[in-house]
Amino acid sequence: MNPEMVALLAAVLFVLGAVGVLIRRNALVIFMCVELMLNSANLLLVSFAYAHGSLDGQVAAFFVMVVAAAEVVVGLSIIVSVYRSRRTTSVDAPDLLKL
Amino acid sequence: MGILEITAPTFEWLELSPLLTVLIGAVLGVVVEGLVPRAYRNLLQVAILVVTIFTAAGLLIVNWISARLGIFAMGALVLDGPAYVTWAAELLFGGLAILIFAERRAGQGASVFVAAAATVPGSKDERLANSIGREHTEVYSLALFSLSGMMVFAASNDLITMFIALEVMSLPLYLLSALARYRRLLSQEAALKYFLLGSFASAFFLFGIGLVYGFSGSLTLEGISSSITLSGTGRGLLLAGIVLLAVGLLFKIGAVPFQSWVPDVYTGAPTPVTGFMAIGVKFAAVMGLARVFFVALGGERWSWQPVLAVIAVLTMAVGAVLALTQTNIKRLLAYSAVSHAGFVLTAVVGANAFVPDGQINALGAISFYLIAYGFATVAAFGIVTLVRKGAGETLELGDWAGLGVREPVLAGAFAVALLSFAGIPLTAGFIGKWAVFSSAWSGGYAWLSIVGVGFSLIAAYLYLKVLVSMFFADPASSVSAVKPSLATWIPVIVGAIGSLVFGLFPGPLMDLLSHAEVFLR
Repeated sequence: MNPEMVALLAAVLFVLGAVGVLIRRNALVIFMCVELMLNSANLLLVSFAYAHGSLDGQVAAFFVMVVAAAEVVVGLSIIVSVYRSRRTTSVDAPDLLKL
Repeated sequence: MGILEITAPTFEWLELSPLLTVLIGAVLGVVVEGLVPRAYRNLLQVAILVVTIFTAAGLLIVNWISARLGIFAMGALVLDGPAYVTWAAELLFGGLAILIFAERRAGQGASVFVAAAATVPGSKDERLANSIGREHTEVYSLALFSLSGMMVFAASNDLITMFIALEVMSLPLYLLSALARYRRLLSQEAALKYFLLGSFASAFFLFGIGLVYGFSGSLTLEGISSSITLSGTGRGLLLAGIVLLAVGLLFKIGAVPFQSWVPDVYTGAPTPVTGFMAIGVKFAAVMGLARVFFVALGGERWSWQPVLAVIAVLTMAVGAVLALTQTNIKRLLAYSAVSHAGFVLTAVVGANAFVPDGQINALGAISFYLIAYGFATVAAFGIVTLVRKGAGETLELGDWAGLGVREPVLAGAFAVALLSFAGIPLTAGFIGKWAVFSSAWSGGYAWLSIVGVGFSLIAAYLYLKVLVSMFFADPASSVSAVKPSLATWIPVIVGAIGSLVFGLFPGPLMDLLSHAEVFLR
């Protein structure tokens, strides 16, 4: 296995996630794109841990998974409460706060 | 890698006791929510908050006097001068800001937090929850968890601890932002924006950690620093990593071009929560940024200093100029927070210069600036919760006209806070501005300090405009200020007095900071 190729794959996934956040309009899809970015970072950490022969990166990936799970709890609760009061998950709908 | 030997980790209970106290207080709050009848929860939560903050502060002072410095918790946390200063400031300002959560007179006996967050705004369920006096007392516990994250963030010695601290600091704040009692749609919208943008930024931060780890093979700040000095290969990885790390950190500080969430979130969140995050997050994030950039990336400073200088100028410009156009007091304070992020970044840019003995260094200047900003912020947001028209807060600047005639004490305290924000002499804000600009000057960025002085004049015009309308305009009708309880009086008075005292007698604090402020490696 070539760690460089894995790192490249991680970068591609990260960019896909970032572009998804910027162009999608559904809060849930945006949130999934953020999760994709977090997981691409996990892949990066694990591949570099393999390349360097150190365990730090693998352990870090576990911590990131826990943090991502906590983020899902908080994020979904906010998205659901917005959905219940507005009947939509589009991020263009809440527009009361403006310059 | 060989056979893994498992040794029990060491943990320095005594040295880390202030942090543990805050965490225990937060967990106790959760236990109270589960076991205690509703009627007693609020009282008990406030008691836990006060006891926690005082215990943690006491332990911190004892540890500080005994000079218990070092790298603890298996290398995850470092307790050095800046970490102690940050912990003390977080406990003081965080404690004061959370105390305002307990104010009930402003809402005719109800807190500023929503009765039941799960109900739909305007629904029958919501009215029912209001009429039976339900309330969310978890807010104290959430705030304490966030406070512990802020403390860890400024004291973390490796990047993964820093990432977790970032999330522990932010996740409770996303929830707290959504819990306003009035203007609930605004509050939920603010929370949604804060959450989506905040998690977007922390994903950048995490990918940056991955890239820097790929370059150095180490997650500790010291390890990264030594591989920057030793290694010549893979600089592409390193530079990309620095950029992504900076995106995550600058987002939390609210620097341009990552400032767009600041006005929306500051406006939509309940005002006491805004005050808490304004000072708590800013203090922790600036100190965390300084630690990453000075300790881990100090060897690369020729690459990041010019970029940060440009960001500092843009931040000061956008904050000061857009604040001029605001008519809403919370948006105005939000843009002023953006410009303050720019002012404090000038000292980060001017770091690493040779500092003559006895003079304050860049870190000391940053700390002083943030402490001055903290006093003024606690007072200002405390007062914003009190000015009312009808049931809710009135945020229109026009309604604040003539407040000085009706409420001389509150308006006087607000005036002190604004003068300190503006950096008028004899206030702490002036000494802070002087310290950061002179630090940038001695770091070889003279042009940056001159630009900074220019923008602080623009910002000063704005604050003076508000002051003039408060004291010399005809009073607006039907606007009044609530007679607050101690929960608001204490933060307001402490904030105003602190802004004055450290402006008139900055010597002792300057002295303390100039001795304390060296990062331990």
